[in-house]
This record gives sequence, C-alpha cells and structure tokens, in this order.
Amino acid sequence: MKNRVKQQILVGGVGGQGVLFVTSVLAEAAIRKGLCVFTSETHGMAQRGGTVVSHLKVGTFSSPMIRPGQGNALLALKPESVAHHEGFLGPDAWIAVNGPPPCKPIRGRQLLALDADETAEKIGNPKSANLVLLGFALAQGPRTPKGIPRLFCSLEDLKSVLEERLAGRKGMLEACIRALEAGHSAG
Amino acid sequence: MSHRRLMLGNEAIARGLVENGCTMATSYPGTPASEILSSLVSWQEEENLSLHAQWAINEKVAFEIAYAGSMAGRRTSVSMKQVGLNVASDPLMSAAYMGTRGGFVVISADDPGPHSSQTEQDSRLMAMMAKMPVLDPQSPTQARDMVGLAFELSETFQIPVMLRPTTRVCHARQDVRMEDILVTDRDVTFERNPQRWAATPKYRFILHKELEQKLARLASYPKTKPVRLNPGARAKKAVIASGVAAAHATEILKDLGLWNRLPFYQVLQPYPLHKRFRSHMLRTYEEILVLEETTPVIEMQFAHRERVRGKLTDTVPQVGELLPETIQGILGQFGGVPATGDSVSAPPGRRPTLCAGCPHRAAFFAIKKAAPRGIYTSDIGCYTLGLNLGAVDTVLCMGAAVGQAEGFYQAFKGEEKPRDIVATIGDSTFFHAGVPALIDGVVQKAAFVLIILDNGTTAMTGNQPTPATGRGAGGEPLQAVKIESLVRGCGVTFCRVGDPYKVDKFVAMVREAVRHSREHGPAVLVARHPCPLAAPGDTKRAKRIAVRIDEDCDGCGYCIDHFECPALFLDETDKRVHVDPLLCIECGVCTYVCPKNNIKRNEEGR
Repeated sequence: MKNRVKQQILVGGVGGQGVLFVTSVLAEAAIRKGLCVFTSETHGMAQRGGTVVSHLKVGTFSSPMIRPGQGNALLALKPESVAHHEGFLGPDAWIAVNGPPPCKPIRGRQLLALDADETAEKIGNPKSANLVLLGFALAQGPRTPKGIPRLFCSLEDLKSVLEERLAGRKGMLEACIRALEAGHSAG
Repeated sequence: MSHRRLMLGNEAIARGLVENGCTMATSYPGTPASEILSSLVSWQEEENLSLHAQWAINEKVAFEIAYAGSMAGRRTSVSMKQVGLNVASDPLMSAAYMGTRGGFVVISADDPGPHSSQTEQDSRLMAMMAKMPVLDPQSPTQARDMVGLAFELSETFQIPVMLRPTTRVCHARQDVRMEDILVTDRDVTFERNPQRWAATPKYRFILHKELEQKLARLASYPKTKPVRLNPGARAKKAVIASGVAAAHATEILKDLGLWNRLPFYQVLQPYPLHKRFRSHMLRTYEEILVLEETTPVIEMQFAHRERVRGKLTDTVPQVGELLPETIQGILGQFGGVPATGDSVSAPPGRRPTLCAGCPHRAAFFAIKKAAPRGIYTSDIGCYTLGLNLGAVDTVLCMGAAVGQAEGFYQAFKGEEKPRDIVATIGDSTFFHAGVPALIDGVVQKAAFVLIILDNGTTAMTGNQPTPATGRGAGGEPLQAVKIESLVRGCGVTFCRVGDPYKVDKFVAMVREAVRHSREHGPAVLVARHPCPLAAPGDTKRAKRIAVRIDEDCDGCGYCIDHFECPALFLDETDKRVHVDPLLCIECGVCTYVCPKNNIKRNEEGR
C-alpha cells in the first residue's frame, strides 16, 4: 500500500518563519515511513524576509516541483500565503492558515485557520508558529471531508523525527514538541 | 537502519565528492552553490576523513588551488555559482588545454529564473567555449552519481570536467541512498613538463589539437550516451531534455498520457553532444523538441535545423526558468493533447529587506545623511538591499562598487557640479575583487569614499568566513588579514574604523571622509559591527537598548520609508508606529531616526 501514497504539499510564508524547517521535518518523516520524497526550496536573498515557499512531494515523482492545480495541501504561515500559492492547489486540496479565517471560503477547499502566532506566544516560544500550525493540521482527522487522506504521517511520526534531529539539544526538542502538541490540542 | 538520507542537492554533490575520493576541494560562496563546500566539511567530520576543504578569496584563486592539486595527482574539485565562473574563466580556458592528472571536477551552479543572481547565464556554454565536457544532472541523486562519472571522464581523458547543477537541483531535497566512501591514497608528485604546464603558444597549438581529439572521443564515450527513457514509444516525433527539465518532462509526459507515445531521451552530457546520437535523431525523427536551461546548447549542436524545435524556433522561451507548467504547455502542443501551460501569477509578495538590527541599515542611514546628493555605487551581498533605502544606485558585479566609483569620478571630473561618490562594499566582497580597483583609485587620486561594511562574515550566503575571520571552512584557526592594514597597503591615507550603530559619530566620519576625498583621493571607512545572524552571542553581550514609541507619534511614516526596519510597523487602525517585540533585537539605532524624536530609549527596560 505504501507505494500508493502520493501527496504534494506546499509550505508558504516569509523568510525567517521556519518554512524550510517544517518542510524538512515532513520530508524526513516520509523517509522514515519508507516513502520517496522530493522538496524544492527558496534560498538566498528571499530568506531576508521575502516571500518563501517550499514544495514537498511524497511518493514516486521525478520532478521536485508542484505544477499549478496539482497540490493536495497548503500550510500557510502568513494569511497572505493563501493568495500567493492557492493556484498550485487542486480542487480537493485543504489549506491550514496561520491567522483569522478569510471571509470567503476558498473555492470549496477546506480551510482550517488558527492564530498560531498567538498559540506560540502563549506557550512562551513565539517563533514556533510553524510547528503549531503543523500540529493543528494533523489534529483535523486522518481524512478530509471529501474522504481523501490528509497527511501521509502522524503526530507521532513527526515527534520521532524531531527526537532524532534534536538529539542532544533537550531544551529545543522540548520546545518543538510542546509547539506541535499545543497546535494539536487547538485543533 | 535505512541507508537513505534526506539530502539537499548540494549535500548530495558533496557526498559524491567523498564517495569518489576527492581530497582537495575549494570554493567561494554564492547561491545556489554555497552549501557544497560546507556539506563537504560535514561529511568530512561525520566520516572522519582526511581532506582539504577551503573557502578561497575568490573563484579564480579557488580554481587555481584545486587545479594544482589535480596536477599533483590528487582528485580535486572547485565549486561556485555561475557568475563566479566568470571570475574563474581565465584559468578555466587554459586548464582545458593543459588537461589534468588527478580527476578535476569544476562545479558551476546555474540559477535560471534568476532567483538570486545577476544573470541567467548558462555554464554549459562556458564549458563549450573552454572545450571541456559538461554533465547536467536532473536531481540530487543524479548529481551525486555524476560526480563519480565526472572523475572517471577527467582521469580517462585527462581533462577538467564540469558538473552543471541548477537551483532546482542544488536546492531540491531528495532521499539519497548512501554509498561507501572511497579512500584514495595516491602518491602526490609533480614532474616538470614545461611543454604542458607552462606551454608557450607553439605548444598551445599542439595542446589544442590534442584537446579536439579528446572531445571527439568524449562524444562517443558509452557511459555518457543520452538515455532513452521510454523504449516502447514509437512516433515520428521525439523529445530531448536535460537537467531538471528532464525530470519535469518525465512526470508531465506520464500525466498527459504521452509516455507510451512520444520517444523521450535524456541528455547527460550536453557538450560534447554524442555524435551518433545527433545523426540517429535526425535520421529517425521528423520533428525533435529540445527542452533545456537556459541557452540552447544541445539544440545548437544539431545540423538540419528545420527538424529541431526549441529556443531558436521560439517553441521554448529563451528567458526565465523552464517551470514544469511551461513544459507542460509545450509538451501538450508538441504531442497533440490538450494541456495548459498557465502559470500561477502570485500577487506581489514581500520584498526582501535587511534584518532587524542589521548594521548595514545604520550605515546606509548615515551615508544618506552625510552625503544626501551622492552617487551611491554598491556591490553584491546582503547590502544590495540598501536599494530599499535609496542608498544603493548601482549593482554590477563583485567588486564593481570601487571600479564604478572611480568611473563616476572620471566622468564628472571637470564638470561644473561634481557629485560626491560613496561606494559601499562588504568585507568578503572587498577581499574578493575590491582590492585591485582601490589601488587603481589611489593611483588616479579619484575622489570617492569607500565604506567597507565589515560585519565579520559572508552573510548573504550563510555566514562563511572571510580572510579577516582567521577561521577555516571547518572552523580551524588560520591566519587573519586585517582590513585596515590591507587598505593602507593599497596606498590609502585616510582609513578609519567606526561602529555604524553609533549613528551620529558615524555620520560625522562620513562627512569628514567626503571632504578628505575631494582633495586627496580615496577615503576609506570600515563600518564595523558583527552580523546579528552570524554572531548572536556577541550581539547579546553588546549593550541592549530597548526602545518605545512616544505617544506623540503622528504616523508620518518617515522611519518606515527611510529606515525600513522590519521590527517597526505602522498600525493602520491607530495610525501610529509600533515596535514588534518578536523581531526587535534592541540595537537602539532607530532612536536616531525619527525627525520628531518620537522613538525613544525605553529606560525602564521591557
């Protein structure tokens, strides 16, 4: 069954928000599950506060980039990221956005909104909104309302990736796990 | 335990270097190539390897060091971004003639788009000009594999070999299977052979002849033959792709149902293109589509142009990255199936800006105060973003701030209203290419002020050391070169060091430097303050100055427009400026900025 997994996920935000970090945690979770993975990232000048997006493709693909209309999900770390990257999403995609819900539903796509900045501040780690939003997205059930699998991995999968990556950095690991869980319980 | 690791393309390339016995590697940082050398250092530490990894002062020097290593019999490599190859082009052209002993791989990372570069130039065309083979990987895994192939070609044919990844390979991540490390224990020798290593024009002619013979054999070497990816498909038309365009095309042909209908070939070595492949394609197919980035290097090597569709026939765009959606539109049309080529036009996003607390922002603010009518030549680095502040008028290439400053002086000399000229250049960029131009300015007594923005690091590309750091690629202690000594050694008589955080004092220094330059030629200021990203510890130790916005703030927006610190924002509801406590690093520089003095030190602290 594993080799049937095919998910194309966008993570959008601005430089400094941890777009690359979230993307690589998801990518490593894919490898742990025995899946193939590709990501495509923005480096260089845009990292100085400019618009940053990364593409994550889990399953058998050959290109590192998502084509317009092919994405299954978008993690939007800024409210405006939705408008920036929405064109890459397919009709059945879902969106998790950091911020108040936009007034209009997005073309029938499920839109999940959480003020992740606020949650992150509450847990005393204001720069962890990226992981809060990811935890929040994972709490929304394994399938979308249209019956499509939401994410290829679970909260536990991500925790074990963080444990491996941040081994020996206890304080940071705990802060990251707390952020994931805070987002999860907000969902 | 899984032997697959998530690797950035550049990490995979570095992995390829250690898996193939590379023992000397040099580089100068530049996006998208920077992580190749830093990853090599990480592999070196992880695998406990003995090899020499070095950030050189510039790409030309980096090339020469690695090339000499090859002459002595080692496997070596040099990596850089595509415009860095321009800097290294002098030794590049010659090295192709002289050839190699140990395998020598030149890694030049291109940036179609461009995402973080001055040009979209194609390094494969440089390889063609230099007459050396070039390999064009489509993914991190293939890039890693091609490093081994490149060493093999280099040693089989005694020729430097170029590996040309693009941004979408360098900055893609993929699960890459780890292979074993190759530990080479070669005799390091150098035998005198002036007819080769110091060839005069007469011998260069002979070397050129030999080079042409090597190229002819390279154009039929079995392992670099283009690969037919879908042997089942039969048609009068065929598609050829290389690099990441081949990766996109593979996926798109499958999605469009063309995989079993359109013969599809991946070219591994765009130059020299295999001779029999060229004749096979022209004999077999009536129409051939070529997809490649960014110059039609493969396309140009086909005779009988009427059969070939690509950039030269405007079937494929000449400018910009070949996005998968663009390729989808082209393949749909070529294969006769409906397919949209529309791209997502993002609304204008946030422009990049200098970080909160960046010392460059303080320096630029001071420059504008001290020389408001100046011509501001600048250079390549984070401080290019001084554009946003109106303190950067020109950005040409590495080191040009200094040469152009002299040029503007010469242009305005004798005019009724000469302009004050203030050049800005980063510390690493000054070392890279600023020094010869400064000497030239001294000789000509050119009236300009040069401000060396010394944040102690190569910040834009990820905080690599500079020659003034005294540290190597792996953090090992090295000799440091003092910027002031170097400046004085260039013959400059006015050289002062100041901290741009102390804005008032720094403004006074710039004014004095301008006055000095009008009479005596180049005046140099070293604006010294560490990059808060590179040295967060130092910044913490430095005195923190918390700020508050006075209630009298009328929201005029002066600080937003002229200082543009991301930690200051204008609230649309109360029409006042606020401090974002998440971004503010308490540098206190903004207390100098408000013309109505409404940004104040918060004496109570936070």
